[in-house]
Amino acid sequence: MAEMWINMGPQHPMTHGLWNLRIKVDGETITDAEPVIGYLHRGWEKMVEDRRYPQIIPMADRLCYGSSFTWSHVYCMAAEDLMGVEVPERAKWIRAMSDELQRIGNHLMWLAAIGPDLGNLTIFLYAIREREAFLDLFQSLCGARMTYNYCRIGGVRNAAPPNWERDVLRTLDYFEKRLDEYEDLVDRNKVFRMRMEDLAPLPAKEAINLGFTGPTLRASGVKYDIRHNDPYEIYDQVDWHMCTADEGDTYARYRVRMDEMRMSVQIVRDILKKMPKDGPIRVKPPRTAPAGTGFARMEDPRGESLIYIASDGTDKPFRVKVRSPLFVILSGAKVLLKGYKVADVPSIMGMVDVCMGETDR
Amino acid sequence: MDLSAFPNAIAMSAKEFMEWSTNVMDDIVRATGVKRALDKTMDPLLNWGVRNSMYPLHFGIACCALEMAACSGPRFDNERLGLVFRSSPRQCDVLLVNGWVTVKLRPALRRLYEEMPEPKWVIAMGECAISGGPWYDSYNVVQGVDTFIPVDIYIPGCPPRPEALIDGFLKLHQKIKKSKIGTFMDD
Repeated sequence: MAEMWINMGPQHPMTHGLWNLRIKVDGETITDAEPVIGYLHRGWEKMVEDRRYPQIIPMADRLCYGSSFTWSHVYCMAAEDLMGVEVPERAKWIRAMSDELQRIGNHLMWLAAIGPDLGNLTIFLYAIREREAFLDLFQSLCGARMTYNYCRIGGVRNAAPPNWERDVLRTLDYFEKRLDEYEDLVDRNKVFRMRMEDLAPLPAKEAINLGFTGPTLRASGVKYDIRHNDPYEIYDQVDWHMCTADEGDTYARYRVRMDEMRMSVQIVRDILKKMPKDGPIRVKPPRTAPAGTGFARMEDPRGESLIYIASDGTDKPFRVKVRSPLFVILSGAKVLLKGYKVADVPSIMGMVDVCMGETDR
Repeated sequence: MDLSAFPNAIAMSAKEFMEWSTNVMDDIVRATGVKRALDKTMDPLLNWGVRNSMYPLHFGIACCALEMAACSGPRFDNERLGLVFRSSPRQCDVLLVNGWVTVKLRPALRRLYEEMPEPKWVIAMGECAISGGPWYDSYNVVQGVDTFIPVDIYIPGCPPRPEALIDGFLKLHQKIKKSKIGTFMDD
């Protein structure tokens, strides 16, 4: 049969962002795939070379709008590494707690996005509703719904508001009950499972070779999580375990993300229990950084995010490098999609949780 | 073509006949006051229908796309205003530009705009779509959508809250209400 190229994007309901997936089809079977990115490229790495260090924090928020806190967090950690700033103990706990709340919010956005793709609009409505509860928490913490500008070099901007602990626990109790409902709704849905099970299984060796990180890698049975392997902030003092699955197929990627939401709930509860209730939350960082390099990496909801800063001794960075997890995962689209049908594309590419803001930078 | 003396329909091509008959009909409709009567009934009716069933294009670009998704969620529920996000530009009459437009995206967005049927409106949502926003010194971001497509409503914010998005759509309601969208013939 004649082979042809099909463009899925840039305006396509499957893409969840702005990119173009070109697939070569032989009838219904995909024989080749090529992601075309760059529709959101705005020269982030070049632009921040003209910003002072604190001015980069809101820009880092807009790197990935789904999980903006984690990106400003990893930037602040890199800048602290460069400047040699020691973060107060309490700020570390607040940052880790915000990370986990952000992880839940981001995974809920992912769940809302894949639901309509796989023919389940109900889960979109439910997940968006629960995401609003977490956005409300962030709003009471720092005043913004999505782009927080909350992390600071040397701490966080402000302490938690009064009744913060009560609000968080109340939201988590509510959310845990809802999470059980989702699993009933999705895991027992035969259509949903038929479209996910045994789809695009990726052996652990191949996932490592492709450079995958995050839930996509852990679904292949690799025990690799930066919170565990290279603990930053306070993750070595918190009671948690890594969520993995062995099958490596699309359903396993779904399961790992759902388990991570549950685990994040447990981590936040544990943090609230162990967190110091008073103390400084911020130290003043120097205005200019010494010449040298700073480096930080952390577990983003999508994988390993990394920022590397080179400084020449002024108040602006000389070079900033961003390592985006999705940039690497999208390059494996050909491996993931080859041999499957066109109708499988939304479930395979939806499960990697595409966010183009960080990919194109 | 002067056909007033002796209009010979056989000598006319189909196109000429259409033109001639339209002119005659127009004159009659205008002279007898039928046009005014039709405008008085059709304009409010069509206007009401159009402004209460605005279908924005489901086209997520950047941060504001998440607020667009939140707006179609249960809390803000934009379907009560008749806003249903459709995936094909052929079915839409509002283009919601929610994010920065890069040089690579610009031809695609222009084409999407041209694929939409008339009447159509454009909403620039967020600072990036209005004026480039935080990417004001970027080499690859177009500084405002209105540099290449006409924009009707601007919604400031980075990103705007869903309430602001709904308010922008209500402003568009008012704009459509003022326009003579359902008039029978052009004057």
